[in-house]
Amino acid sequence: MADQVEPPPLFENVNISGDDKDDDDLFVSAHQEPTSHFEEKPAELVNGQSQSPSDPVASPKAEMENIPIDADSSRPAEINQVEHNNEGGDDFIEISITEPQKVGDGMGAYMAYRVTTRTNMPVFKKREFGVTRRFSDFLGLHDKLTEKYLKLGRIIPPAPEKSVIGMTKIKISGQNEGQPTNGNEFVERRRAALERYLKRTAQHPVLVLDPDFREFLECDVELPKATNTSALSGAGVMRLFNKVGETVNKITYRMDETDPWFEDKLSHIEALETQLRKLHTNVEAMVTYRKELAQFTNGVARSAAMLSACEDHSSLSRALSQLADTEEKVEALHLEQANTDFFILCELLKDYLGLLGSVRDAFHERTKLFQHWQHSQQMLAKKREVKAKIELTNKSDKLDQACSEVFEWEAKVERGQENFDKISQMIKKEVDRFEKCRIHDFKVMFIKYFENHLEHQAQVCQSSCNCETFHIIYFLDVRVVGFRLLQDTDNIHFFKKVKLYWRTTCKVLGKLPS
Amino acid sequence: MTERNSPEAANNVPLTDNSLIVDISDALSEKDKVKFTVHTRTTMKNFQKSEFLVVRQHEEFIWLHDRYEEEPKYAGYIIPPPPPRPNFDASREKLQRLGEGEGTMTKEEFTKMKQELEAEYLATFKKTVAMHEVFLTRLASHSVFREDRHLHVFLEYDQDLCARPKGKLQQLGGLIKSVGTTTDQYYLNATVHDVADFFEQQMNSLTEYHGQLKEATARTDKMTEKHKELADSYIKISGGLLQLANSDDGHLDKFLAKVAEAFEKARKIESRVASDQDLKLADTLRYYMRDSQAARALLVRRLKCLANYENANRMLEKARHKNKDIHAAPEVQEAEFAQSAACEQFDAISTQAKEELLDFKTRRLHAFRKSLIELTELEIKHARTQQELLKKSIAGLKELL
Repeated sequence: MADQVEPPPLFENVNISGDDKDDDDLFVSAHQEPTSHFEEKPAELVNGQSQSPSDPVASPKAEMENIPIDADSSRPAEINQVEHNNEGGDDFIEISITEPQKVGDGMGAYMAYRVTTRTNMPVFKKREFGVTRRFSDFLGLHDKLTEKYLKLGRIIPPAPEKSVIGMTKIKISGQNEGQPTNGNEFVERRRAALERYLKRTAQHPVLVLDPDFREFLECDVELPKATNTSALSGAGVMRLFNKVGETVNKITYRMDETDPWFEDKLSHIEALETQLRKLHTNVEAMVTYRKELAQFTNGVARSAAMLSACEDHSSLSRALSQLADTEEKVEALHLEQANTDFFILCELLKDYLGLLGSVRDAFHERTKLFQHWQHSQQMLAKKREVKAKIELTNKSDKLDQACSEVFEWEAKVERGQENFDKISQMIKKEVDRFEKCRIHDFKVMFIKYFENHLEHQAQVCQSSCNCETFHIIYFLDVRVVGFRLLQDTDNIHFFKKVKLYWRTTCKVLGKLPS
Repeated sequence: MTERNSPEAANNVPLTDNSLIVDISDALSEKDKVKFTVHTRTTMKNFQKSEFLVVRQHEEFIWLHDRYEEEPKYAGYIIPPPPPRPNFDASREKLQRLGEGEGTMTKEEFTKMKQELEAEYLATFKKTVAMHEVFLTRLASHSVFREDRHLHVFLEYDQDLCARPKGKLQQLGGLIKSVGTTTDQYYLNATVHDVADFFEQQMNSLTEYHGQLKEATARTDKMTEKHKELADSYIKISGGLLQLANSDDGHLDKFLAKVAEAFEKARKIESRVASDQDLKLADTLRYYMRDSQAARALLVRRLKCLANYENANRMLEKARHKNKDIHAAPEVQEAEFAQSAACEQFDAISTQAKEELLDFKTRRLHAFRKSLIELTELEIKHARTQQELLKKSIAGLKELL
């Protein structure tokens, strides 16, 4: 158990120095415009570069060796320089996922996605590259990152969930191999979710530099199949057991919090989670309503078309068919709006629910470290007692062993405390970053949402205007009809009516824009 | 709604005619009954006073309509369709559901939802009253219908008209009656061959038109209903955002509050769109659905009359055949008399019906034109306001970035 929580010493050292630096950087970037969040990267980048070659978790791969490591020498000056150089914020990484394709047949079929990256970050060998990945590769990447960084208290963006039902549908559906399945809603949703997942990971200043992540993006060979991601495999069952155990642990073990910051944050995050969940349900309901509305609007459009078909008055018939057209356009707009609702609003909320889960995981990791630390302390106390007893009884042969044991546990306690402090700090930093990202994301998202909405309203306006210009024509037609009726009948009643038509027509025509 | 505002009234009679003005000045909802206070002002001689108030229920309106339908005098006219039964079940049911779900939402959300429902109930109520009023104004402004004795009784007699709400047995009877009329209609359609193409054509097109209108009405209703639900779902979202804003410390609270405000405003516009669609499109469709039904009833009456005429012809033939040898047999004379009466009646109905159908068409065109134009104008207006709102809120949000 103790081994598990001991990070390799080399890694620690580098990381600690990185911590200080990061804090500085955070402080600096707080003064900057929140929009240019890429600017925080340069300093982090140096940190990552210096760290990754000595990172014991990452197996040294041939392609990783040409990473510049000279940043190690005279670091502070270098950092400032690099930071200064990149002040313009021209470091960027853009990831997009396209062309979801079905590969294989039957139950062995899977979806493959094309991951294209454009970047100017020096860690990547090329400016632009693309690879083909399947869904389990994404999950495998997430697992690797979790294994490496969760213990350090990093917040790792969660990967999209597996969906047995959705995938089975795809497998059953008789689509031909290799054909793009753009029309499929499930695939499109998953594609978007995967894209957001990669983007979010890339946004993280440390995760983006992780060799596994880079390999995922760059290496154009099939990744070794991540076997333990399947829900039904033995590993999956083991994971389930572990999860259950951890959940029990989470519920039963309450650490006495020493740092009020964590207490505050935890309650804040819990509140946030419940509220976001509520909001998410409501937004989902809205999406459903809007979709149904689009469906019903389509019904109205069809009815209007039918009415226009059996309407014997030609102008009214045309007006009705115009109405049908307009309603159809409005239907399309409703659908588009529903998609906007879903992809911008709903999915972001869902992502953040997942991210909050990750934050909680990080918090839990800290709790676990605290537990170990406490355990070590208790052990130390016990050993000391044993040692004291031995000293009292003067058994010199056991004294040596007891001494070494006490020494050993002292070291463990020290390390435990160190680890705990470190994870606390890391979590603080990560949560700060998370909060900043969240605020930025929410702001950008709502503005984007409203802008989309605005566009749709403009289109509604437009199509209604088209309808209106038609009504003017219809008006004129009615007038003509009135005249014809006047010629047909010398009925005085009709004359009055036509006069009325004239009057209203003139009135409304004056009111309308020409 | 006074005479001036009603398109039907404006079309039937010159605007200056106010010898008989009927409106519903007040309405009261008691349990499942609605009591309408009918207010009449008149200069006509047949009335005892020039102004009076009576309290009537929906069943009495139906009674009045049935009297018109029964009267052979009016067989050639399109009788204004009876107002639909007041139905507040939907609103009540919603209110109940809201009460059940009270625990799941915040206080503000609940109050807002309740307000929305109350507004909806009020709108339904007003609409019911307006439809009853339109029925009366159409009768009152019609040059023939306004002379009817039953109408005068309806307007003047300040006691109950004994048009009790139907019992179950009577409802069953009504059902059988309506089944009877429909089969009658099919039978007539199948057996009687129309001499005039005009009417046959009208019959066919009206039947089809009525069907289409019915479907269109149902669909539009569904659409507006959904739109309303959509608007209501905004309440919960803005509520959730506000809560989020309250719990957020410093960075996002103002921003989220603004977003919530924008959602709240957008909700109002959305629900306005829904109610305007309901008012302009669905109600026009609904009214003309019922009006086309009335026009069809006229055509059925004409067909019945035609059947009578043909019957009389046959009887005359038979009588002549039987009394070939007798000069001026009384039987033949009788049959001849009956035949000519039937012929006269049929001719009268036909000419009257032709005029009525043309009138129906112009009236319909007028109403459709009016409501369609108003609909598009309102839609444009709402789209523009929403655009404005969104622009403003985007600007406001960008300031907070």
